[in-house]
Amino acid sequence: MKIIKAEKITKVVADLCLKANYVLRRDILHKLKLAYSQEKNSRAKKALGAIIENARIAAKEKLAICQDTGLPIVFIELGQDIRIRGDLKQAVLKGIAQGYKKGNFRESIIHDPIARGKSGYRGAVIHTDIIKGDKLKITVLPKGFGCENKSQFKMLNPTAGEDQVKKFIVQAVKTAGPDACPPYVVGVGIGGSSDYAGFLAKVALLKDINAKRSKLEQDLEKEIGKSGIGPMGLGGKVTCLAVRIESFPTHIAGLPVAVNISCHALRSASARL
Amino acid sequence: MKRINTPLTEKDILRLKAGDEVLLSGDIYTSRDQAHKRLIKKLPFKIKSAVIYYCGPTQTPPRKIIGSCGPTTSSRMDAFTPLLLKRGLKAMIGKGRRSEEVRRAIKKYRAVYFLAYAGCGALISKYVKKAKPVAYRDLGPEAVYKLTVRDFPLIVGIDAKGRSIYG
Repeated sequence: MKIIKAEKITKVVADLCLKANYVLRRDILHKLKLAYSQEKNSRAKKALGAIIENARIAAKEKLAICQDTGLPIVFIELGQDIRIRGDLKQAVLKGIAQGYKKGNFRESIIHDPIARGKSGYRGAVIHTDIIKGDKLKITVLPKGFGCENKSQFKMLNPTAGEDQVKKFIVQAVKTAGPDACPPYVVGVGIGGSSDYAGFLAKVALLKDINAKRSKLEQDLEKEIGKSGIGPMGLGGKVTCLAVRIESFPTHIAGLPVAVNISCHALRSASARL
Repeated sequence: MKRINTPLTEKDILRLKAGDEVLLSGDIYTSRDQAHKRLIKKLPFKIKSAVIYYCGPTQTPPRKIIGSCGPTTSSRMDAFTPLLLKRGLKAMIGKGRRSEEVRRAIKKYRAVYFLAYAGCGALISKYVKKAKPVAYRDLGPEAVYKLTVRDFPLIVGIDAKGRSIYG
């Protein structure tokens, strides 16, 4: 049996927090540069230029890409043949706090959502999946809340069909409009239950945005492009960098759809142990 | 490209049109959600002719003036804004749309709403020459900081005639 010490996990998570917040994902940067070269609207081009320059400065000077260093969403794929020596959950939370402190990131987490109170580094949403084998994969997605606030969820009728699914997704992006730092990456979860669709929409944001996309994803990209929101909401061609969808079996009586919008600063980093 | 300095004069503001690009220099105050909740009760800085920047920066890394410090979503401050404009606030910097009430108040009190490059906090930190917390330090990143900026690039989102860049 493979043994992994909790201290090791803490260190890995801390490093992932730093990497995710300093270095923009390669697939995102690639798409932004492509968008820059294709954009004709001068104001939109300038905004894309600023976004690319921002990523360069962040990586070079070790500054957070965005001051909103997010609520850390952690995805753990834990091989069932691994034994963790120590407390896995505490190890992850400790890693988050260490990484965020080291990076001088923002203390954006508050303990009580209603009373609010003093903010800090302690807290993360942790999703754990048990898989076969003896591998451990950890992904940290620091999710900014300007775009998280624009999430939408709906239980459509099972007879709704693709058109209504599309309509709901496009409407969610239009509602976000210029407010949540376009160009967006649109994560969509379809199927499962209400909670699971929301989870799937987050998982969709982890997919490579330049990988082959389904017809539905491409149709949605075209439709969202027509909205003319553009970078920073100032018009132009590029409103969304990509739409990524995760689907899952669901019940005969329902069709859950969750939309999780990400700003252009879609940050995540993974490690395998 | 227009260059303007704080304190903003009425003449400066009236010259600006929605969509204009400007470079702002001078002193501005950061303030976001929790600080606004307190601001409307008691003002910890002189609001007359002031510029508020909707921003909660990261902590300041060693040997830096400030950390990443881009704009946050302005609409969350809409409910507090008309009152601050009434008390003399002249400009706001943020990202995204404002409510109809705010647009009307901007027109009424001859103020201006600017957009900063959103999601570009590392880049924007380069325009900040001084940063000093001036109130509500207990709020951490939501404390009020006085920032001295030089040539901070902005776009006029809503001008003093109430015209909006978003139409």
